[in-house]
Amino acid sequence: MNDPSRRRILSRIRSSLKSVTPENPPSAPAPAPKRTPAARIKHLTQRMTAVHAEVHVVEKTHWTETFKALAAEKNWREIACGSGHPLIDELKMAWQTDANDLPVLTPCTAASAPFKARLFQVDAGITSTMGAVADTGALIVWPTPAEPRLLSLVPPVHVALLPAERIYNSLAEAMTEQKWKAGMPGNALLISGPSKTADIEFKLVYGVHGPRELMVLMLV
Amino acid sequence: MYRAQTFDFKKNVQAALADRRLRRNLRAAMDILIDNRHKAFPDAAALERLRSRGHAIKQHALNRLPRLLEELEGRCRENGMQVHWAETAAEANDTVLSIVRAHAARFLVKGKSMVSEEIHLNAFLARHGIEAVETDLGEFIIQLCRETPSHIIVPAIHKNRQEVARILHQQIPDAPYTEDVEELTAIARHTLRRRFAEARVGISGVNMAVAETGTLVLVENEGNGRMCTSVPEVHIALMGIEKVIARLDDVPPLLRLLTGSATGQIITTYVNMITAPRRKGEKDGPREVHLILLDNRRSHILADPELRQILMCIRCGTCLNHCPVYTRIGGHAYGHVYPGPMGQVFTPLIEGVQETGELADASSLCGACEAVCPVKIPLPALLRRIRRERAQPHSAQGGGRLKNMAEAAVWKGWALANVFPVLNQAAVKAGAKTGRLPTVAGPLKQWTNVRTAPRFADRTLHAMLNATGDGDE
Repeated sequence: MNDPSRRRILSRIRSSLKSVTPENPPSAPAPAPKRTPAARIKHLTQRMTAVHAEVHVVEKTHWTETFKALAAEKNWREIACGSGHPLIDELKMAWQTDANDLPVLTPCTAASAPFKARLFQVDAGITSTMGAVADTGALIVWPTPAEPRLLSLVPPVHVALLPAERIYNSLAEAMTEQKWKAGMPGNALLISGPSKTADIEFKLVYGVHGPRELMVLMLV
Repeated sequence: MYRAQTFDFKKNVQAALADRRLRRNLRAAMDILIDNRHKAFPDAAALERLRSRGHAIKQHALNRLPRLLEELEGRCRENGMQVHWAETAAEANDTVLSIVRAHAARFLVKGKSMVSEEIHLNAFLARHGIEAVETDLGEFIIQLCRETPSHIIVPAIHKNRQEVARILHQQIPDAPYTEDVEELTAIARHTLRRRFAEARVGISGVNMAVAETGTLVLVENEGNGRMCTSVPEVHIALMGIEKVIARLDDVPPLLRLLTGSATGQIITTYVNMITAPRRKGEKDGPREVHLILLDNRRSHILADPELRQILMCIRCGTCLNHCPVYTRIGGHAYGHVYPGPMGQVFTPLIEGVQETGELADASSLCGACEAVCPVKIPLPALLRRIRRERAQPHSAQGGGRLKNMAEAAVWKGWALANVFPVLNQAAVKAGAKTGRLPTVAGPLKQWTNVRTAPRFADRTLHAMLNATGDGDE
């Protein structure tokens, strides 16, 4: 690292701070209030619907049927999904074994460029989640090779699958329990609702660059 | 539009104050922002604890800055990012240009970044034939009409929908004239989606960078930031060196303070945490991530224990929203990238106290900025310090030189009157008799030119209190 700018900046900072004795790091905050699982579901739903997310509480055993009904209701023709996640495998199975006229399910398995262009065409993208944060109301989404980063961003609707037992009290709690420090993904996201802006006269408009709708299927 | 090259602050202020439409647009917007913030922090005691924590986190990070920057650099490199250091705006611009050229890009897409404004990146790139497309809706609007942001969070807040309607209709081919905000937003979405899909390079700012994991945290609502950082093959992240924090544990409290203070949100739509370029097997995400660490005089500011505190700023913009001056004149009048109280302190420190220190004069020192600052920066004290520095360079103890003889004479008279109570009583009684201030010459003339001079009451407060038996005589 023989970078003269780097050397000069660091040496200036060191000389600027030479009289400073770094004190101990700030103490840990009081932990967020612990809610019961039912209260977490309620609080998360409240927070997320307040910012325009659509939350459906569905039974784990037949969520794919509920999803089929929602897709039909919304008139979707094509839905993009990942591959390799158990829930997504379950979804594919449900699609394969159904003789009805369902929207096309397009897995993102193609090489990078055509798949990217495809995402700009589909009606919805469906992803798994790492869980959610109850106190602020947000999903935790970690894109992976199985579920690309753009799957939750480019299509006009993002459908997120959230197992209810993975709702944490706070972001701090989620970070600790999921051991984020030990291995951050390339891209970790908190998503609280659909894309929005208030840049013109503070009027809220949804779907400015990302999805217009965020649909959460909370699996209980 | 007001430009820094011909900076005449007083003239700018007068023009802004006389602009009724600007003042209407601003007042409406600021009232909403103030109200939203208030609702986002319903528990005053909890907010106080959170602010103390925010202060402690940022102070601790600044005190350990060299180590944290080295740690951040090391982690980012391990994670596969490329890290560049820039001492000056020019060096940061050159670094961006060389990356853009290496990828033969003709244009790039940009997420909102105040640091990119600070280094005047767009103008620099334009001079080298590269178009920088702003993608945040507010930034997109003001770029179309060739203006600069008037607020660090809501850049086009000085425009109303009719103005936006005209701008989009005139500047975008085939865009119909509409005052419907949804339709206006749809026009921007449509126009920018194509640019996202074609862009080879995306640029963003950084809200905080976590040293222990090498993670860049970006906060936004629109999704344009995620587009800029995950669609193109190359992502360039620009950050001031003061944005580094020590630990991942510091993120939740700062995030809460930032979004609550900035827009009154409990959380933004997206919190985008970037730790690595596309990893093996990933189908998307940038193949290269470049982090540019900008100094631009920050390392000099650090040398002063008092002024150093401005580097704790997390750019939430709430001091602008609560400032009685900003809310009346708007951002452009300040003539520089960072307006409002934080800008009145930060701008002179990066651009020169003699050149721009006048900015610090535009404050009543009411203390609203300090009262709402999420990391408790003592902004009024720093504003006074900038004034002192300008009047008497390098005087840490204050006692700034008085500007003119008349002002000096008034203060002398005041001092004299208070040393000799008889003189004071005589002067006050004279005022009460005539009902006018004893003199409207000298410095008071400036005041009374634009305001009605207050009238003295018939009787002094002393006399009234004595009459009711509450006095001390």
